[in-house]
Amino acid sequence: MPVIEISNLHKRYGETVAVSDVSFTVDSGEIFGILGPNGAGKTTTVELLSGLRRRDGGTVRVLGKDPDHDGAALRELVGVQLQESELPERIRVWEALELYSSFYRDPADWRELLDVLGLSARHNARFGTLSGGQKQRLSIALALVGNPRVAVLDELTTGLDPAARRETWALIESVRNRGVTVLLVTHFMDEAERLCDRIAVIDAGRTVAVDTPAALIAKVRAERGLDRATLEDAYLALTGHEIGV
Amino acid sequence: MTTAVARLTIVESKLFLRDTTSVVMGVAFPAVLLLLLGFAIPGFRDATDDLDGLRPIDIYVPIVLAMAICTTSVSVLPTYLATYRERGVLRRLATTPVGPVRLLGAQLAVNGVATLVAVGLAVAVGTVAFGVDLPRQAAGFLIALVLGTAAMFAVGLLIAAVAPRAKTATGVGMLVYFPMLFFAGVWTPGPVMPDGLRRISDFTPLGAASQAMQDSWSGTSPSALHLVVMVGYLLVAGALAARLFRWE
Ligand SMILES: Nc1ncnc2c1ncn2[C@@H]1O[C@H](COP(=O)(O)OP(=O)(O)OP(=O)(O)O)[C@@H](O)[C@H]1O
Ligand SMILES: [Mg+2]
Repeated sequence: MPVIEISNLHKRYGETVAVSDVSFTVDSGEIFGILGPNGAGKTTTVELLSGLRRRDGGTVRVLGKDPDHDGAALRELVGVQLQESELPERIRVWEALELYSSFYRDPADWRELLDVLGLSARHNARFGTLSGGQKQRLSIALALVGNPRVAVLDELTTGLDPAARRETWALIESVRNRGVTVLLVTHFMDEAERLCDRIAVIDAGRTVAVDTPAALIAKVRAERGLDRATLEDAYLALTGHEIGV
Repeated sequence: MTTAVARLTIVESKLFLRDTTSVVMGVAFPAVLLLLLGFAIPGFRDATDDLDGLRPIDIYVPIVLAMAICTTSVSVLPTYLATYRERGVLRRLATTPVGPVRLLGAQLAVNGVATLVAVGLAVAVGTVAFGVDLPRQAAGFLIALVLGTAAMFAVGLLIAAVAPRAKTATGVGMLVYFPMLFFAGVWTPGPVMPDGLRRISDFTPLGAASQAMQDSWSGTSPSALHLVVMVGYLLVAGALAARLFRWE
């Protein structure tokens, strides 16, 4: 059963068309990636399916519910990590986690999350004193603290050091192994290839491909008659760039 | 949900207390100002015919209370809310079952309590240090205090609603702050205020609050005009703020 179903999604900001025609479905227990250039409409898509904005066209179902109408029910079931969203400067790490866990009926153990995300040593630090990567980890923890059935993560590893990225990947896999469906937006090809079961490539507000990383790579190889190709080659070809061999 | 609201309010209180500027300016300053006026300015504790036989310090207690209301409502509150919006704190809350409205509620509660504490401290300083009488019309005074605070908080919310950035909210807050204090009589207290000025002051939220508190202090009921003006600001600014407020 699909957990997320999006078809012909459309969203404008005044004259700007942010999302023109996006369609994809995400199955239960999948790690699904969204790739695309800056300004392609990835964040807008994520905001529309999280119920943060209302769409101008198309249909969206998350766990069978329409975020524009059943937003309240979905907020209990979907954990969201937003790109560019901070916390108050003076809040302490443990306070933020304890606070956010009180928002949900059946929260996760935030102390364990603190540990898993390597924030235990900083549990009493103020948000304003955290490094960029530590802020990012706290942000991920807040998205997971409600024990969501779907986790939506917008650029979750941007700003993390390589070791922290690997740890976050392991975390995402363990989250999925607990049955959570994960939708993530990323600019990192290695991340998408390593983590994602399937990928949607969005360009200029349209889905230009939805497939497994292996199938996307195989397709570009066949089309261009290449001996070998990477996900990056496939991505560049799909978003209208020449592939330098 | 009750625990969530309680936790939100506790956390917002802690954040307020960690913010030295808010605590000093919003909570302590009115009482400190009263101490400075009373002890440092010659003649402040002497009765004078200009003030119908009262001492300047007597007249200044309700004015300092108006200042307490003004600081939290148009300086602290709008800056907090606009900062939360700018940093995406409100947006993030919008993804949780609790939502951003409750954070707004927690902020109003925290600033409301801070205002009452500031008022309590200033009244305590007035009575203990200078032997200022308590308001003769206790009920009228409480009504004026609560309505005045509510009206000014509505103005503060409106500033937070229209200011696109935190810096703008602080700037607009300051632009409103000093004229409000002026019409509340900080520089021309009580009977000293010229009639023309008083006509304008009657129609400002803090001027109405200040005069209504002054009246109830000396035993007169707050005038209908002042009550209507405060309710008017509460309703109009409140409705505008609710209409114009953006979560991002
Ligand atoms: N709040 C907004 N108001 C007006 N235009 C917006 C708004 N948010 C996004 N846009 C515009 O919509 C388009 C899509 O933006 P979006 O943030 O969805 O892109 P993105 O794929 O997430 O990009 P990035 O990789 O840079 O995060 C862009 O042209 C952007 O300028
Ligand atoms: Mg984005």
